[in-house]
Amino acid sequence: MRYIFALIAWLCPLMGAAEEWEDQNAFGPAAATTTLRVLSSTDTALFAPIIEDFLRSRPAVSVEYLVTGTAQIDEVFRAAPDEFDVVISSAMDLQLKLVNDGYSVPIETLSQPDWAQWRNSLFAFTTEPATIVINRVAFAPEAVPQTRQELIAAMRARPEVFRGKVGTYDVRKSGLGYLFATQDARASETFWRLMEVMGGLDARLYCCSGEMIDDLVSGDLMVAYNVLGSYVAAREDVAETLEIVLPSDFPTTMMRTAFVSSRTDVEAEAAAFVRHLVEVQTGPRNPDVFPLPPLSAAVDSAGQAVISLGPALMTYLDPLKRKRFIKEWSSAVIQ
Amino acid sequence: MSDTVNVAGSLRARLALTLIGSAAAIAVLLFFVVRTYAAQIAQSGQDNILEASVTSILDAATLRDGDVEVDFPYVAFSMLNTEADDRVFYAIWQDETLLSGYELLPVADAPDGGEIVHVSAQFDGASVRVATAARILVGANARNRVTVSVAQTQDALAGTLNKISRNVGLIGAGFFALSVLVASWATNTTIRPLERLTHSITRRGPKDLSPVARPVPLEMAPFVTSLNSFMARLDTSLKQSEDFIAEAAHRVRTPLATVRSHAEATLQRVEREDNRQALRSMVRAIDESSRAAGQLLDHAMITFRADHLETEPLDLVELVDDLVTRLAPVAEMKDIALTVVSEGVVMVEADSILLQNALRNLVENALKYAPGESEITLEVFATPQPRVEVRDEGPGFPPDQIQGLAARFSRGENAKDTIGSGLGLTIAQDVATAHGGEMTLTNLPEGGACVTFLL
Repeated sequence: MRYIFALIAWLCPLMGAAEEWEDQNAFGPAAATTTLRVLSSTDTALFAPIIEDFLRSRPAVSVEYLVTGTAQIDEVFRAAPDEFDVVISSAMDLQLKLVNDGYSVPIETLSQPDWAQWRNSLFAFTTEPATIVINRVAFAPEAVPQTRQELIAAMRARPEVFRGKVGTYDVRKSGLGYLFATQDARASETFWRLMEVMGGLDARLYCCSGEMIDDLVSGDLMVAYNVLGSYVAAREDVAETLEIVLPSDFPTTMMRTAFVSSRTDVEAEAAAFVRHLVEVQTGPRNPDVFPLPPLSAAVDSAGQAVISLGPALMTYLDPLKRKRFIKEWSSAVIQ
Repeated sequence: MSDTVNVAGSLRARLALTLIGSAAAIAVLLFFVVRTYAAQIAQSGQDNILEASVTSILDAATLRDGDVEVDFPYVAFSMLNTEADDRVFYAIWQDETLLSGYELLPVADAPDGGEIVHVSAQFDGASVRVATAARILVGANARNRVTVSVAQTQDALAGTLNKISRNVGLIGAGFFALSVLVASWATNTTIRPLERLTHSITRRGPKDLSPVARPVPLEMAPFVTSLNSFMARLDTSLKQSEDFIAEAAHRVRTPLATVRSHAEATLQRVEREDNRQALRSMVRAIDESSRAAGQLLDHAMITFRADHLETEPLDLVELVDDLVTRLAPVAEMKDIALTVVSEGVVMVEADSILLQNALRNLVENALKYAPGESEITLEVFATPQPRVEVRDEGPGFPPDQIQGLAARFSRGENAKDTIGSGLGLTIAQDVATAHGGEMTLTNLPEGGACVTFLL
């Protein structure tokens, strides 16, 4: 059944896609006996080296890598959990809730520290801070703001430079954006003031980090808030134009997580894939080959605490809480 | 004397088993009681956290413009973080409508006052503990009943319980091991006075029938009292039988001797041949009775004395010489020569009366069966063991009966014409055995019997 589905998925682009994938790639031999379907929110370019490394010692396995937004992952996977073997996403809250709701199987042979796994099913494999990315043009003579407060001050001081040129995630569409926003709101009231100031400057709203970076490079955006710095660092063409600022007042750091679907037919291969992923990301490796940021300790030297994996992440996924948060956020940002 | 005692069970084993058995029972009981208690405490710990979570959610419920809003704090779920990453489920109901959470979560009926109800249930393939509470929100034109349930799986609890079970199990096993040590110590201490009494009685001399004097535990007092009185009675009865033997020997032998002398006197006076013949038969019968009575008394005395040997150092050769001197007249009457062969002095540790008796019986036996004008040899050896050989030139023992001849009242087939009670060899054998020696019967190759009396 699954293979038929895989075949249909292969043929879909030719016949007019039924599923709107942002990206879809097949790795490994076409004649492979086992195909792993990986549902992911991570750009293929960042992930391809890991997949190729995984397939190198497994000639009978192929991987179909399907990319979509974090919110869509939750939707698509809940609708058909038997169609995917591994789910990878940066929206920790949605991932945790999927595991909590019984959509995963534990990988008994993989042992990770407590902060980097949940129920031995959900495994973190990167630590990535949310950053402020700035187009150097906007701050040519002035000092680059290092905190949210300084950013607010800079935007208030020169609204003509920033009007229509500030951007952030649309928390209604992006799962990761919602996670960052709710964690920011939990940490400080500054978040709401920043949202109000950005809303006053006609903030542009995005679904994904990639588009924000594109607009920053083209000059359509001067400041983007809560962008994944790793995506900027991975692009070689932007180093001259853009600067990544790690807000020093309080950081928000997320971990990309992966789990094996409880409905998979190829549990052994799927578990091997997640194990390989975690091993690559935690072991010594060449960053030129594997561009994803590694999994570092829960608190790094800069005192950055990662969002912890625990049932509390389900709080803002509660429909009542979400409705209330979106309402508040909308009234701040969409004025 | 060395009869095996009829043994049924063992006090030591029974005591040890009782102590160890009850220790095991207590250890098992301890395990279950502590485990149950620990389970209750662990469960109440989880219940408390669920209760706090439910309360914090329920407290956040407000009515705004007629709508129920539940802006519950982050901590409502973060407090449910456990070591085992337990799954968390919740449901928020407004009257019969699900506001948010898991619709299928089993919800208990909770009173309106905010009192919390705990139940255990199954949800999504896992056993969960559910806490439920309800609250009435009174609005402008409606009463809304908000019910909040929070559930958590019990993996961490099971882990804790396993840990507790393991520890309690170890404590129980330790307690049991200690109990076994204490039980074996207690058993030995309890049994020791009994062993001491046994030891002191075993060590006693053959004639010591005095009461047990050393202190014994209270529980053994009745037994020792009975033992003492039993030994006193035994002592008395032994003395009596000793007296009886002496008395009986005297009373039977004396009148027989009188009757015999009368018969002999009468024999001198009667002339008729058939009367003389009758009297001779009578004398012969009296002799037989007298000898039988003597041997019976000898045997009785030996049986008694064998249990209470009174040994003393004595010269075996001297004893044999004495015996020969005393029996010489009888031998002479039959024209039999009694010869003693010896090499100096052979000292033995023995009861002289018994030894005399035994050897006399052997020689009398030989005298009885030996033909006239023959020789009976008594040879005394010192090595390898002190022994006396009595050899005659008679018909010898019937070869097919040689094994059973020493049994009481057994007589050889060729002895029908000879006076005898069948007790002679038995007496000699008993004496040899009582001294730790033995007696063997053989036939000499040149004819005649040989009895070897070994000490």
